Amino acid sequence: MDRRLTTPHVRRRDLLAGIAIGTLAAPAVLRAQGGAGAGPIRIGEINSYTAQPAFLGPYRNGWLLAQEQINAAGGINGRPLETVFRDDAGKPEDAVRMASELVSAEKVALLAGGYLSNVGLALGDFAAQNKVLYAASEPLTDALVWSKGNRYTFRLRPSTYMQAAMLVEEAAKLPARRWATVAPNYEYGQSAVKWFRELLKAKRPDAEFVGEQFPALGRIDAGATVQALERMRPEAIFNVTFGTDLLNFVRQGNTRGLFDGRSVASMLSGEPEYLEPLGEECPEGWIVTGYPRDDLENPVHTAFREAYRKRYEAPPRCGSVVGHDIVQAIAATLRKAGGTDTEAMVAAFEGIRFQTAYGTGEVEFRAADHQSTLGAFVGRTRLEGRTGKMVDWRYADGANYLPSDAQVREWRPQG
Amino acid sequence: MEDLAVQALNGLASASSLFLVASGLTVIFGVSRIVNFAHGSLFMLGAYLAWTLTGLGPLAGLGGLWSFWGAILLAALAVGALGALLEVTVLRRIYGAPELFQLLATFALVLIVQDVALFLWGPDDKFGPRAPLLRGAVEILGLRFPRYELFLIAVGPVVLGLLWLLFHRTRFGILLRAATQDREMVAALGVDQRLLFTGVFFLGATLAGLGGALQLPREAVTLHMDMAVIVEAFVVVVVGGLGSLPGAFLAALLIGELHAFGILVFPRITLVLVFLVMAVVLVLRPYGLLGRAPSGAPPASEVAAPLPAAMPPALRRAALAALALLVALPPFLGDYPLILLADFATFVLFAASLHFIMGPGGLASFGHAAYFGAGAYGAALLFRHFAAPMELGLLAAPFAAGLAGLLFGWFCVRLSGVYSAMLTLAFAQIAWSVAFQWIEVTGGDNGILGLWPSEWARGRLAFFYLSLALCGAAVLLLRRAIHAPFGMALRAQRDSGLRAEAIGIDAFRIRWLGFAFAAAMAGLAGALFAYGKGSVFPSVLGISRSVDALLMVLLGGVQTLNGPIVGAIAYAGLQEQLARVTDYWRLLLGLVILALVLFFPRGLAGAIRRGGSP
Repeated sequence: MDRRLTTPHVRRRDLLAGIAIGTLAAPAVLRAQGGAGAGPIRIGEINSYTAQPAFLGPYRNGWLLAQEQINAAGGINGRPLETVFRDDAGKPEDAVRMASELVSAEKVALLAGGYLSNVGLALGDFAAQNKVLYAASEPLTDALVWSKGNRYTFRLRPSTYMQAAMLVEEAAKLPARRWATVAPNYEYGQSAVKWFRELLKAKRPDAEFVGEQFPALGRIDAGATVQALERMRPEAIFNVTFGTDLLNFVRQGNTRGLFDGRSVASMLSGEPEYLEPLGEECPEGWIVTGYPRDDLENPVHTAFREAYRKRYEAPPRCGSVVGHDIVQAIAATLRKAGGTDTEAMVAAFEGIRFQTAYGTGEVEFRAADHQSTLGAFVGRTRLEGRTGKMVDWRYADGANYLPSDAQVREWRPQG
Repeated sequence: MEDLAVQALNGLASASSLFLVASGLTVIFGVSRIVNFAHGSLFMLGAYLAWTLTGLGPLAGLGGLWSFWGAILLAALAVGALGALLEVTVLRRIYGAPELFQLLATFALVLIVQDVALFLWGPDDKFGPRAPLLRGAVEILGLRFPRYELFLIAVGPVVLGLLWLLFHRTRFGILLRAATQDREMVAALGVDQRLLFTGVFFLGATLAGLGGALQLPREAVTLHMDMAVIVEAFVVVVVGGLGSLPGAFLAALLIGELHAFGILVFPRITLVLVFLVMAVVLVLRPYGLLGRAPSGAPPASEVAAPLPAAMPPALRRAALAALALLVALPPFLGDYPLILLADFATFVLFAASLHFIMGPGGLASFGHAAYFGAGAYGAALLFRHFAAPMELGLLAAPFAAGLAGLLFGWFCVRLSGVYSAMLTLAFAQIAWSVAFQWIEVTGGDNGILGLWPSEWARGRLAFFYLSLALCGAAVLLLRRAIHAPFGMALRAQRDSGLRAEAIGIDAFRIRWLGFAFAAAMAGLAGALFAYGKGSVFPSVLGISRSVDALLMVLLGGVQTLNGPIVGAIAYAGLQEQLARVTDYWRLLLGLVILALVLFFPRGLAGAIRRGGSP
């Protein structure tokens, strides 16, 4: 998998400016080349590439694929798109520093990116403070568009609330009443559990939550955690762990029979990012949100999948779709705004519609809270051959899993 | 009741895994006194190599038992050979450097291994095969328990027994024990130290590799294994008593069991439990459970010159010129250089404050970010809950951090050497988890946003001058304190505690106040940093920020006054530049640090100074 795909001449220029001329002189050199006009439109993209390489490699590939396609078709009103990528190494304070660098030295028209929620929030706050447009692609936290939402921040992916709501819809149909939860010990895990409890209780007043486990992110003591869950004798389990924690949790749970005769609802586990590393350990019949890449056949998605496979010799992942879609959304916005003036772009972004690579139709960035209506697929896991996949899936349109406008107005700072 | 018995078994299995890693670390430290930060990387390499060997390689062709167990052993030995190679090529050259300086070299190795592993094995998590004969589970008290975990439970004591035999029944082991007790004496008796040291690195690295390889059927192999395991292994080694194998075993048991039962009672405690345990143990038993107070000469560290002499005129002129440039040039710079320079100013103060207790104070701290963060959160909490303006925040930050320093310092300064450094780490982690978990007050992981400077300082230029003025004044204050009677007393207790006490210096009080003063200055730096970013997150008091400060001080040179200034600018500047050039910036940064360590074993400032004076 290719991990080094920045536009080559940007890289070379950085190298020269950075090493030969030194930090202080570099921006002056770049400024001379940055001005508006018929030159490329530059986007500044910040993400935790070294901290989360497994998820962000495919994401950047999807991004670059979309950018190449747009540029091949003539760019935005004749101007090509160009992206300057930066690695924040998972630290929000570094992300903020890089945001200033991109805006003031690289003269980017807008910012995008973010994988970790806190990086997204830091960039969102930076955007509001400096009146720069920020298109958040991956961060899941609800705060980004609600309690900490602002005029300059837009978010693509279905949020924690939306993903939990999608799972609750299925979980409420189960006979199970006694639920236990397991979630990584930070904001994402805690709010996922909170929403799941609240929304499930609203649909099933007889549901009862008998216990919770909060392993440290990336350091689950899987044996002890599985045993602790077993001890609660739940009828069903709500899982929020992902990545390494999910792998270790599933292996121990399989060996110890934790999942035998129990239903499991699990956030994001149907995404190829998380499902593929599980291999033969893939559990049967979990209710998951995700992306059934290989079985999703429609003209738009099939074309995307094949183009991606041809370009990178690997199938896309969920992150690839996110990277692809955010570039499409940005391109649509730029076309509508007719330039790179921030206020014009904000006005254009509100209510912008674009085609998602899922091929499930148009997605809209809601004017009320700047959240896109991109959805996710809800289905069940099944082991086929040596890897797991999603079966019995359907597309859950994000628009159906968002709270009412009145509710959103109450949560979101107005003005 | 059955549940609890099985939970105890879970604790035992974790304890065995922990012990394998910790035993290698403690053996290496006992003999070489090197705090081997790269031990976690060796563990990770063991796991990756085992994954490759079980799946590919010539052994895989043999199938069944051989392909698995042969791969595990081969991976462990390969990692051992790598450890020996590192000792011969890198560490051997810097044994004469000041204490803890080797930590820089091992940290550089961590960075290099991270990128090499990413390059060789790719970013995806790897799942190893299950162990032949030990798949599946057995019924214990009506609950299913994995066979492999039972096997692991046995491995710990077996390894402990083998190590005991090695140390008590072989000549090599007896020499190792002798070297642990008194290295100089063993050398004086004509034992070839070089062989001994290479041998001990081979042994330690093999244990780390074995520990990693044995995780294969149990855990996914990931690029984050190194950092996850190294901190816990340090805790085990320190709780057990540095250099003590039975101590490490006992500590691993204690932590494994506490963890297994802790999550039943307090499911949210997982983040801090080990650090709470370490803090309690070190407060009650300053040298760990089975450790002894170090006797004999301290490791080959050089004694600092009694008083830092005045700067040579040429250097002084250069420094003044640099300062003049910093004042005169900024109006002509763009926004980003101003932001960078403001950042550098805070880093310089942060490093200088750590240097104050490390150099003159003689107390290393692995948790200095706690005070940086205390200042940042002090200001941020005042803003969030009382809407305090920046001026008030900046004023309150040193007090908040100073109070934290007084509180934590009271425990930390009673200990010495690595014990004290690890206790500071424990407190820093406890502080971090408070910031991380007390969501109602601190906002948790999502931090506190909107912490921007007051209107007059909002411009980049004004904020830079503010940072320069405050950090410059604070650095001068620190230097003034070093030359004042207080600083002399601080150095006196470092160089000879007994004599200092004899002439009426209250060593404890001096150290304690010195610690708090350094904490307060770090707090000011933290608050300025927070206003520069407009937000605060728990990462400002995370381990990596503490390590950054430590690297800056070591890189610059502990025993020079300008060391932290040079080190902070060099380290932060390198990181910023490299990250813009390539995705493999960690590899480059590691190589650069390694080169600096090998060529400038007295630190950058030490080298400049030596070059500048006859």
